Amino acid sequence: MAEMQDLVVVGAGPAGLAAATQAAELGLSATVLDEQPAPGGQIYRAVERAAQGPAAAALGEDFRHGLSVVDAFRRSGAGYRPGLQVWQVEQSGEVLASDGQRSEAFPARRAVIAVGASERPVPIPGWTLPGVMTVGAGQILLKSSGMMPSGETWVAGSGPLPLLYLSQIIAAGGRIAGYIDTTPAANGLAAGPHLFAALRNLPYLRKGLKLRGVLRRSGIPVHRADSVEAAGDGRVERVRFRAGGAWQEKPCDLLMLHEGVVPNVHVTMAVGCAHGWDDRQKCFRPTLDEWGRTDIQPILVAGDCGGIEGARAAELRGRLVALGAAADLGRIDQATRDRLARPLRRELGRHLPIRAFLDTLFTPRPEVLSPPDAVIACRCESVTAGQVRETVRIGAVGPNQAKSFIRCGMGPCQGRFCGLTVTGIIAEATGRTPGEVGFFRIRPPLKTLTLGELAALAE
Amino acid sequence: MFRKLPDPAAPTVTVTIDGRAHTVAAHETAASAALLAGMGATRRSPVTGEPRAPFCMMGVCYECLMVIDDVPSRQACLVTVADGMRIDRQPGARALDFGGEDA
Amino acid sequence: MTVEADVVIVGGGLHGCSAALHLAQRGQRVVLLERRHVGRHSSGINAGGVRTMNRDPAEIGLSVAGMELWRRIGELVGDDCGFHAHGQIRVAETDAELAKVADRVAMVRGLGFRHEELIERDELRRLVPAIAPHCVGGLIVRDDGAADPYRTTLAFGRRAAALGADIREGEGLVALERAGADWLAVGEQGRYRAPVVVNAAGAWAGDVAAMVGDRFDLRVRASMMMVTERVPHFLDPVIAAVGRALSFKQSDAGTVVIGGGQQGVADRHTETTRIAFANLARSAVAATALFPAMRGVRLVRSWCGIEAETPDHLPVLGRSVAAEGVIHSFGYSGHGFQLGPICGAVVADLVTRGGTNLPISGLAPGRFGERFAGRP
Repeated sequence: MAEMQDLVVVGAGPAGLAAATQAAELGLSATVLDEQPAPGGQIYRAVERAAQGPAAAALGEDFRHGLSVVDAFRRSGAGYRPGLQVWQVEQSGEVLASDGQRSEAFPARRAVIAVGASERPVPIPGWTLPGVMTVGAGQILLKSSGMMPSGETWVAGSGPLPLLYLSQIIAAGGRIAGYIDTTPAANGLAAGPHLFAALRNLPYLRKGLKLRGVLRRSGIPVHRADSVEAAGDGRVERVRFRAGGAWQEKPCDLLMLHEGVVPNVHVTMAVGCAHGWDDRQKCFRPTLDEWGRTDIQPILVAGDCGGIEGARAAELRGRLVALGAAADLGRIDQATRDRLARPLRRELGRHLPIRAFLDTLFTPRPEVLSPPDAVIACRCESVTAGQVRETVRIGAVGPNQAKSFIRCGMGPCQGRFCGLTVTGIIAEATGRTPGEVGFFRIRPPLKTLTLGELAALAE
Repeated sequence: MFRKLPDPAAPTVTVTIDGRAHTVAAHETAASAALLAGMGATRRSPVTGEPRAPFCMMGVCYECLMVIDDVPSRQACLVTVADGMRIDRQPGARALDFGGEDA
Repeated sequence: MTVEADVVIVGGGLHGCSAALHLAQRGQRVVLLERRHVGRHSSGINAGGVRTMNRDPAEIGLSVAGMELWRRIGELVGDDCGFHAHGQIRVAETDAELAKVADRVAMVRGLGFRHEELIERDELRRLVPAIAPHCVGGLIVRDDGAADPYRTTLAFGRRAAALGADIREGEGLVALERAGADWLAVGEQGRYRAPVVVNAAGAWAGDVAAMVGDRFDLRVRASMMMVTERVPHFLDPVIAAVGRALSFKQSDAGTVVIGGGQQGVADRHTETTRIAFANLARSAVAATALFPAMRGVRLVRSWCGIEAETPDHLPVLGRSVAAEGVIHSFGYSGHGFQLGPICGAVVADLVTRGGTNLPISGLAPGRFGERFAGRP
């Protein structure tokens, strides 16, 4: 068993790194546990290498900012244990993690859950075909290994990430066959009232406009579509989309999908923290106070796994959570905490006002939340949306019963790629809100581990 | 499907992907190496037998389960390549070896 | 408005639903009150063992009689409940353990039952080729088996409802009051009046018993289960072990379901459970000792249900000592699934005939003496 730490931080993205850095600066002991071999999380994935690599210029300044976050962490003296999968977080704050061979317990006075976000599931016909992946996956390949799409690559979806990825590929000299923009036309109107608040983050808005300009000048065809399908025999060969009421079909050997990101709530749900439905972001998130405290005292949350706010906000949240923890553990007094927090909160105030605008502008189309019957909802167990609807017809009132009936959510991903879809389908079918329907009960372990490794805990 | 931006400074290793030797960057993951090798399906679904391939590249979706150095059900996107590593397709349910004549 | 019925059943687990089915079959007007939904706790997520093997002598007769119902489960509930009779084997790892098995078989034969047999090494190896080489034999019941617990519980509830039982999910019991010769069950939503109340409230049965003046020394059990990724088919019977807490079976899907009674942490007030990994690790030790090839297989999920455990680990089944018109059916202590179908018939007998021919004398609510049954 590792030595007791003031903070054990799960996740080495901006929130986790900043929390550990801040904690170490205040004299607290802190260790970051992370799945990846290098710090940065997904947003700054492999930034230390990529910032020197062939894609560095294309990845841009915002990515490069990750270097300063990682550098500060490296200098802070906080502990760092890469290559570990966290499979259990106890209500005491103790964290259990595996290196694939052996598990280790990390006792902590506070566990900081900073596991970020992942892409919302995009259940469309054919999305399980080889050659279909997420835009985030494409961008990870660009960051971590300088990989560029080649051949007939299509990007389909909505949100800032596809625009960013397209501009990065353009900058790196790549070619994309086309962008299928699935943002519902009505979203623009709905987002209008939030524009004024968004103006407080003018640089971000400007960046968005600039990305659209880059895309326009690139000559990449852009299609506004309200439905997308992948098709092929054994792998994706064609993409079909409905634009202006008419279906079009194009050759395609790589299709990247994206409909926004949602908090990774499996850890906080498994621990038993209270969660609520965020109707603006169409996701569940843990109920937190201004210091990232959950309703379970030793469990703290920082960054996008507490609600989508973006990388810069995540970094500030990480520092704030560390300040709160330091005060709660009696290492600094409340006045010091509040004084140190003030500039962080001021800066946070510049990043947050744009969220309502972005969330509303990029609200996914209803078909993403509750797909048609024939579409696979649960990839692991190959369960269709229609099968989920059938469980409602025979009496399932929630996702857990649907799971018992048809195994959706029982595969190795533990419902990470079907949970929101199953909730969405049941909500639509029963006329309730997703908040009322609820989410799968998350059963440990958070990540699979071998029986031998589990047995070793008792041998 | 994918190509690499030229990176002559990156150290390389040799791995065997689906039975064929490939020289890849040492920082590659087993999943990215399989994608670069044009492997297509990296496993078959144990439920339906359908072909599947890496999807999220961040350890969440478990679509990239492969047999790596004879160990089944490894998340290939979380495994960094090493010299001599064998990366194989996982055909449906992972194999189970009871050994001896009773297997 | 008060709903009038012949019987009010408290609890929509397998035992409550089975009682509802058997009572409805006999023309009784039944209301079943279930605070959450049918099969929410232990009934829906237990190991699903359909086991007569190695039961306490007080239960053997009832369990063996129950097997008759399992053999025609499809006819009874309109669903095969995922029931397979591939046998259950309690593996002996040493000669000393096998000697215990021989004693057990002799004892059971002495009671007049012939379903349990001893098997030796070769037969064990033939039935379970994957078993670790050191295992020397075991106890077997060849037509025991396993079923899908959630599907089973739902099938009983559905058939009961089809026969006219009024199954009210989302209806928690608040109070039980005397109303003349009847009981008035006050629910969160409505009021129900009947001459007979059946207490099948599982982990919460002690609370219901207290409402009518019965006191039981119950503990909460939270037996942990875990399931692996899918592996190719290698096992038919359900495996237990003489010297270890283990239940081990392969599902139709190919996953391996491992239990055996290692305890998690349960809070019956919040209806939540937590896995105690230090204990669950012992199940992994047991499973990998008998099946060493499982060491590399990945654990996908673990869980535990909540149910009641009595001081002697035997159920409480029969008429209340303290109160007229109350029948208890709870405290199955980790082995009530196989008994579900038959215990519903027992309850129906007690309600409609005032007694039963089925052997339940060892399970009487009054057996714990004055201190625990009857008015405190």
